[in-house]
Amino acid sequence: MKYNDEIKKAFKVSVPVMMGYGVLGFAFGLLLVSFDYPWYLAPLMSLFIYAGALQFVAISFFNAKVGFVDIAIATWFINIRQSFYGLSLLKRFKKTGKLKPYLIFGLTDETYALLTTIKDDEQLNKKWYYFFLTAFNQSYWFIGSSLGAIVGSNIKFNTAGLEFSLTALFVVLCIEQYKNLQNIVPFIIGAIASIFALFTVPSDKMLIVSILLALLLMFTFRRRIENE
Amino acid sequence: MSNYEIYMAIAIMTLVNYFTRVLPFLFFKKNDLPLYIVFIERFFPAVIMTILIVYSIKDIDFTLVPYGLKEIGAILFTAILHLTLKNYLISIFVGTIFYMGLVQYL
Repeated sequence: MKYNDEIKKAFKVSVPVMMGYGVLGFAFGLLLVSFDYPWYLAPLMSLFIYAGALQFVAISFFNAKVGFVDIAIATWFINIRQSFYGLSLLKRFKKTGKLKPYLIFGLTDETYALLTTIKDDEQLNKKWYYFFLTAFNQSYWFIGSSLGAIVGSNIKFNTAGLEFSLTALFVVLCIEQYKNLQNIVPFIIGAIASIFALFTVPSDKMLIVSILLALLLMFTFRRRIENE
Repeated sequence: MSNYEIYMAIAIMTLVNYFTRVLPFLFFKKNDLPLYIVFIERFFPAVIMTILIVYSIKDIDFTLVPYGLKEIGAILFTAILHLTLKNYLISIFVGTIFYMGLVQYL
């Protein structure tokens, strides 16, 4: 095969992601069909959206009948960290030509982490190496979520409480954020904004109100946050 | 949501998600980011993760017994698990099974 070496190397580097995406994807598929949505939404979403936390939250968008504009704004803010990933890859992606749109599409947290930490092997055709790495990662997520959805819609078991996987995911991400940041103020702002919204606005508006309120608080207490 | 609305929602999320990832390639140069953007970049991920924890338990009725104690208990359990074992798959899975046990058997 033409890009044999690139495929081999990309596969080797992507193995740690296989486990994570396979298992989390499986949980996503399982959760999706537990609300009686058709199984094929899982591969569809994993193919086109391809964003872990967002796909989990999407299930609650469907359930709560959230408006389209709110979905658009919430989507952006949920993934806003990924708006900054490209900055450190501008140079690396410069000569990737027609593969570039897909490489950018596939910039999840894990793929970004791999792309920025691996050393470039001069023997390899870089753009194809990046491409296979990105594609391997997406395929794990795609296969994991499809399997979860298919298994979930064929084997019936008591899934009550399964939705907590979403909460648990965010608890873990929150702790990881704290380790990086070592600053409690943004977490307090997030908690205040969301708890306030929880008790004051209907559930389909809750996320968007929390986000806007949190932004307002962030800029009000900007000095405080930055000096912590 | 109806089927039509679900497909629309998926299309919107697809476009906006791609937009978030392509943004720096369209507009940004590393050296001239406005300071308020740098501020958002640094601190907003922590804010949104906290919001999403609360958002994910929004359908719990805190005025009824057991007042959301199962959720809060499972959140603390997951957090402790993650702080001690530091393995995100274990934290998420054992945390979820713990919560499923609470709602199915208690």
